[in-house]
Amino acid sequence: MIKTRLRLVRRAEETLMMNALALRWAFRTMAAAMLSANAGALAMPPAPTNVVATDRPGDGGGAVMLQWTAPAPSEVKEARIERSATAAELKASAPNGAAWISVASAPTLAGEGLGFEITDLPPSAADKSSTDQLVFRVAFLATDGEMSAFTDSNTVVGVANIFLAKKLGLAVSLVLVCGSVILWILLARAGRSVKIRRIAALDAVDEAIGRATEMGRPVLFVPGIQDMTDIQTVAGVTILGRVAKTAAEYDATLEVPTCRSIVMSACRDTVQAAHFGAGRPETYREANINYITDEQFGYVAYVAGRMVREKPAACFYMGAFYAESLVLAENGNAVGAIQIAGTAEPSQLPFFVAACDYTLIGEEFLAASAYLSGERDQLGSIKGQDLGKLIAVMAILVGCVLATIAAFAPEGASARASAAFQNFLGG
Amino acid sequence: MLRRTIPMLILSASGILLVVAYFSPFTTSWSETVLDWFNVLAAVAFVLGAGNLLAVNLELVSARRAGWAYALITLLSFAAMFVFGLFKIGVVPNPDHPNVYFAGDYESSQSAFGWVYEYIFSPLTSTMFALLAFYVASAAFRAFRAKNIEAILLLSTAFIVLIAQTAGGMFLTGWIPEDSMFAFLRFDWMKVGITEYIQTAGMRAITIGIALGIAATSLRLILGLDKSYLSKN
Amino acid sequence: MTTTSQTNMNKQSPGRLREFLAGIGNVDRRWIFLSMALAVGVPILLKLRFPEVPGPMAKATFDAVESIPEGSRVLLSFDYDPASAGELQPMASALVYHCASRHHRIVFMALWPLGKQMADKTIKDVLLEFHPEYKYGVDYVQLGYKAGNEGVIKLMTTNIPGQYPTDADGAALSKMPIVADAADLRAFKFIGSLSAGYPGAKEWVQYAKGNTPDAFKVVGGSTGVQVSQLLPYYPKQMEGLLVAIKGAAEYEMLVTSKYPAAQHADRLEEGRRRMGPQLVAHLLMIGLIVLGNVAMIAGRGMKGGAR
Repeated sequence: MIKTRLRLVRRAEETLMMNALALRWAFRTMAAAMLSANAGALAMPPAPTNVVATDRPGDGGGAVMLQWTAPAPSEVKEARIERSATAAELKASAPNGAAWISVASAPTLAGEGLGFEITDLPPSAADKSSTDQLVFRVAFLATDGEMSAFTDSNTVVGVANIFLAKKLGLAVSLVLVCGSVILWILLARAGRSVKIRRIAALDAVDEAIGRATEMGRPVLFVPGIQDMTDIQTVAGVTILGRVAKTAAEYDATLEVPTCRSIVMSACRDTVQAAHFGAGRPETYREANINYITDEQFGYVAYVAGRMVREKPAACFYMGAFYAESLVLAENGNAVGAIQIAGTAEPSQLPFFVAACDYTLIGEEFLAASAYLSGERDQLGSIKGQDLGKLIAVMAILVGCVLATIAAFAPEGASARASAAFQNFLGG
Repeated sequence: MLRRTIPMLILSASGILLVVAYFSPFTTSWSETVLDWFNVLAAVAFVLGAGNLLAVNLELVSARRAGWAYALITLLSFAAMFVFGLFKIGVVPNPDHPNVYFAGDYESSQSAFGWVYEYIFSPLTSTMFALLAFYVASAAFRAFRAKNIEAILLLSTAFIVLIAQTAGGMFLTGWIPEDSMFAFLRFDWMKVGITEYIQTAGMRAITIGIALGIAATSLRLILGLDKSYLSKN
Repeated sequence: MTTTSQTNMNKQSPGRLREFLAGIGNVDRRWIFLSMALAVGVPILLKLRFPEVPGPMAKATFDAVESIPEGSRVLLSFDYDPASAGELQPMASALVYHCASRHHRIVFMALWPLGKQMADKTIKDVLLEFHPEYKYGVDYVQLGYKAGNEGVIKLMTTNIPGQYPTDADGAALSKMPIVADAADLRAFKFIGSLSAGYPGAKEWVQYAKGNTPDAFKVVGGSTGVQVSQLLPYYPKQMEGLLVAIKGAAEYEMLVTSKYPAAQHADRLEEGRRRMGPQLVAHLLMIGLIVLGNVAMIAGRGMKGGAR
């Protein structure tokens, strides 16, 4: 009996021991599992490697390209980028200024191989065309919110380059357009025939001035309301030279009220030269070219009043006009003048077309001086302008086709080509 | 020869230089500097223009030629504004410098200059602009004739835009639901279609032509092919 | 059987009518001017008003101002003169009122010589009238007019203190909290240009937005004639665009619906007030065009002989 009790006790002890062991094992397993889970959550993501900073080529000096390698990109949410503070920044923010300044947060894969651009870096106090020596550092932010250690880059200086790469597209367009104009000037000089379509408005110039001479009424020329910095005013003044020469030959009175003082001086020189060119220097009247006012509606009030009182037989409006275009044209119509207008302001063209007898639209106005001269060189330049237009049309067609295909296949080669084409031309 | 050659050389050199300067970061600001120089020149040239204005109008008044009364009004207005502005007649003293007469703001409506601006110049300018409404009506009546297909199309778009720009558009077609298949018949939709697509396309085409014309004109001037703006020797 | 006299009478009536219609084409333009004067004057005297339904551009403009955080720094450029005030002043008033209702800090400037006066008037009649709590130098500042057209914008994209060391009255900007730390245009969340021509909204888009496309929103208000030059920029480069007096009326409607004015509400109803005459005048123009074409057809018929 005692032996049986002993055996029972021993068995109970063994059972208890085994239960304790099992419990201990279970507890240890659970603890290990918990610890490993926490350890996983608390572990920092791997830091970026191979952080390289290079000066961005073809810029004005305020941009740097950063590259890095992300060991496990799938765990990384974004890259945090900081740069070293310059001496001036440290001084300005002393005594507690931060040595590192946050500049950007980049999407995960940006910077991998292709580079991430940091722009608008502060220029150096000593040399505005470059930055101070800068160091960048990059850290990764994991999807669970943990941030890796920062990895520093090499020292870099952003330097301005002689040519702005973003303007390359514009430079190419400039070369193509100017090249086509110069090409046709040379071809015209070499004897190539240059056919320009008839422009009714310019053919009517002689008729208009002849009419004014017959009726004994003056010719009014309005060179626009802008200053000589506007190419339209320059174009208007060059046309004035041709009109003045014809007026001098026909012995018609030419009046030129101007809206700017410098334009008055330029018009006086031009008209005087025209009278000399026509062999009628004695008919030049300086008082017929006078300055009125810079104020738009003050000027048009004067011109309208002059039209009503003096009733010119021919009115020329050649230059930059704004809201006053219709006031001038309707007044001219009311006094029965023949009116020839030309402007490169698209918003005023409809008014001139509606109210004037002849209108030079945009590029016709700008080509008018060359057309009226009849010189081969200048006619060749008009032809070159047309070649430039053809190039522009081809570019538009290529861009449209690429963009249309890209609309149906946003991830394809056409989309990339379309974006590259737009970036190239857009600058 | 110098009166023609030197201006041409200045034009050619500065034209080429400024075009090239645009492409380099070291020289991009040169064009703005040149504009600043021009502003200084224009301000000085204003003296020339004002002198010419006075000379022409004084001569007209003294000779009592037709329209001399208008010349007299011009001269009196010029003198009045010149005196009001230069001597700051009637300005309210500057609170920061109450004892300094010329520290007041001449543009405030309490000063003579500001009063003339507010109650004479501003209404006159608005009046001249308002004349456009009358001229547009007479031009439309006289010139908008449906002589051919293009003219009929032009008139149709004009009617659509004219009505759509008023409450009449919503009154006539506002009841058509925006998501129905007939939504394109709403005046506001037609107006948007006309202005954003047809008009914009035409405007862009004209603008491209103008840009090319400007390039060619500038080249002719820079290369010295067109000399009609220069004075005779 | 028709007698000769009856046939002659039949020919005379259509002939007289045709003559009359053809004669309309030669009517003295002063009758047209009188009709236009009545078309504009009578609705104003009768206070003719119509309900406005805001269009997508006005809504986009409204949303652009609403979307930036309250108390943001905004730049408003008054690029027009009294001649265009008829179309642009209602827009200006509504825009300033909207910005002030959102407690934005407003920087006023002008690229047109007379734009500064337009801005001063708006400050006096709208900003300080509806929001007298606005303090100069803290909540708003007037930079004034600067010559140079788009050159001013180009310089402001990199260096505002260099372009505007002082305000319009000569006070140093570095001492004003509203702009003391504004180094360049990126200091602003929103730029509004009320433009009547050159320089104007187009230059703001080309030189300011083109340089830093994501830094701020750009909104334009334009006269009807100039809008065709701005449409290509909407909505990508220009987040909102108000077109002519209709755009002003629609925008006013949106602003005053959300921020009703307790008093002087008529100052924010100018755009809607002008839509009445606009409707009648437009109908008159359509009528004149139709009449002119009727006269042309009648005259053509007379020249072509009896049909």
